[in-house]
Amino acid sequence: MNEEEKRTGAERTQPRFDLGESVAKLTDVSLVYHGIKQETEAVRNCSFEVKKGEFTALVGPSGCGKTSVLSMLAGIVKPSSGSVLVSGKPPDPRDNLTGYMLQRDHLLDWRTIEDNVLLGLEVKGLLSDETRAYALELLDKCALSAFARHYPRQLSGGMRQKAALVRTLAFSPELLLLDEPFSALDYQTRLLLSGEVHSIIKRGGYTAVLVTHDISEAIAMSDRIIVFSSRPAHVRREIEVGLSGGPMERRASPGFNDYFDLVWSELEGGKGDAH
Amino acid sequence: MRIDRLSAEKARRNPAEASKEHIAFLKRVRRHNRFIIAIQLAILVSFFALWELFSRLGVINSFIFSSPSRVAETIARLHSNGELFHHIGVTMLETALGFTLGTLAGTLFAVLLWWSPTLERILDPYMVVLNALPKIALGPILIVWVGSGMEAIIAMALLVSTVVTVMTVLTGFNDISLEKQLLMKTLGATRLQTFLKVILPASVPTLIGALKLSVGMSWVGVIVGEYLVSKAGLGYLIVYGGQVFKLDLVMASIVVLCVLAAIMYYAVAIWERSILRRRGER
Repeated sequence: MNEEEKRTGAERTQPRFDLGESVAKLTDVSLVYHGIKQETEAVRNCSFEVKKGEFTALVGPSGCGKTSVLSMLAGIVKPSSGSVLVSGKPPDPRDNLTGYMLQRDHLLDWRTIEDNVLLGLEVKGLLSDETRAYALELLDKCALSAFARHYPRQLSGGMRQKAALVRTLAFSPELLLLDEPFSALDYQTRLLLSGEVHSIIKRGGYTAVLVTHDISEAIAMSDRIIVFSSRPAHVRREIEVGLSGGPMERRASPGFNDYFDLVWSELEGGKGDAH
Repeated sequence: MRIDRLSAEKARRNPAEASKEHIAFLKRVRRHNRFIIAIQLAILVSFFALWELFSRLGVINSFIFSSPSRVAETIARLHSNGELFHHIGVTMLETALGFTLGTLAGTLFAVLLWWSPTLERILDPYMVVLNALPKIALGPILIVWVGSGMEAIIAMALLVSTVVTVMTVLTGFNDISLEKQLLMKTLGATRLQTFLKVILPASVPTLIGALKLSVGMSWVGVIVGEYLVSKAGLGYLIVYGGQVFKLDLVMASIVVLCVLAAIMYYAVAIWERSILRRRGER
C-alpha cells in the first residue's frame, strides 16, 4: 500500500493538466423536472468543465441537484436548456464514454463476481477475450481475483463496491461518474476504500467526477472541488485542492483543515442564496 | 432448521470444532424436530383410528361418513378393475396441462404488462374484476364455447391459474428495484436487455412462487371443471358418488386427491429448492 501511495505521489509531479483537453463541459445548463403538482427547478445556469485526468468533486447541500448534474453527464437525463458535452458530443449511455457508479453496488445476486463485472461489456456487446482479460486484470488490481467465482452475498460491503467499480471501469470509459459511492458503507470501510479507489483512478489515469456531501472526502480525493448552491444548483465556487498524495496523507496534512473551513463557509453561504 | 442441520453435520465431521454446549444445543434441536414429526404422525394416525373406531361402534353412521377400511376397500376395488389409475391419469393430465399453460400464458401476459405501463394502467380495472370474479361462474360459457369435454376442464384450470399468475408475477416484476434498472440504463441497455438480464433472473423466486400458487389453483379449476362436465377423473368420481349416494367412493376420491395434491406441491417445492441452490441463494 505504501509503495502504491509513493507511486501515486510520483505521478503527481508530472504535469497532468498541460494538455488542457476538456473531457466534459457544461454551458449554462438548466434542468426542470415536471411533476403533477409542481415543476421543480433542479439546476440553473450551471457551467463548468472537467479536464482530462482530473479528479473533480461536486459538493453541495443535500438535495441541491448534484445527482441531476451527474445524470446529465451520463446522458440519462437531458438538460432543459444549455449544453452538456462529453468528449465534444451530447452524452448517450449507449456510447461507452461514461461509466456511472451508484451509491449501492447493485451487483446481481445470481451472477458470480466475474459475471457481474462483465455485465457492462455484455450489454454493450463488447465482450471479447481481450476485454474479458482486461476486466479480470482490473479485478486483480482490486485484490478481488480470489473472489471471481464467489457470489456477491459472500463479499463484504467494501469488496462489493470495489467489484462495482471494476464493472464500471471494465469498458474503459472516458469519464467516470461516482455518485456518493461510499455513503452506504461504514466509516472505516469508507476511509480504506476511498484510499484504494483513489489510487486505482489515479494510476489508471481516469478522469473522474465525484458527487459527495462529505466535505472531507471531497478534499481527500479530488484535485478540484466545485461547490454548488442549494436548489436550483449553480456553481458557487471552484476550489483547486493543492494537497498531494492519497486520501490518508491528505487528511493528515496541515492544510486539510483550511480547505475544510473554506468549503464549509462556501456551503453555509450557499444556503443563504435560496432565501 | 437448515443451519442447524449444516452445523450438526460439521460437528459430526469435526467433533473437536463444536463445544459441549453446542452439541447439547444441537441435540435439543433434533429432539424438538423429532417431537414435531411425531405429533404430526400421531394426529394423522389418530384421525383415521378414531374415524374407524367410531364408525365400527356406530357413533357415526358409516353409510354417510364411510370409514377408513371402506375407503381402502373402495380404492382397492377401483384399482383391481383398472379404473383408479384411469381417473387419476385423467385428472393429473388436466391439472398438468392447465397449470403449465396457465403459468406460461400468465407469465407472458405479465411480461406484456411490465413492458407497457400504459397498457397496465388501461387494463388494471379489468384485471381487478377478473381476479375478483369467481371463475366457476364462467363454467357454462366455457362449455358452450369449447365443448363439453376435457377441453372445458382444461380451459377452466387455465383460466383460474392464469389470472393468479399474472397478478403474482407482475407484482414480482414491479418489485425489482428501480435503481437496478437505472444501473442498466447507465450502461446503455435496451429494455429487452434490462428484462433478460435483470428483471427475469431476479424474478425466478417469484416465478416459482407463482408456480406453487398456480398448481393449487389448477386443482381447483380441474375439480370444478369435472363437477360441471366430465366422464372421468377424480372430480367426476366425487360428483357421481354423491349423486348415487356412494359416500365410500366420495371419501376414497378425496383421500386420493389429498395425496396427489401433496405430491404435486412437494415436487414443485423440491424443484424450487434445487433451483435456488444452483443460483447460490440457499
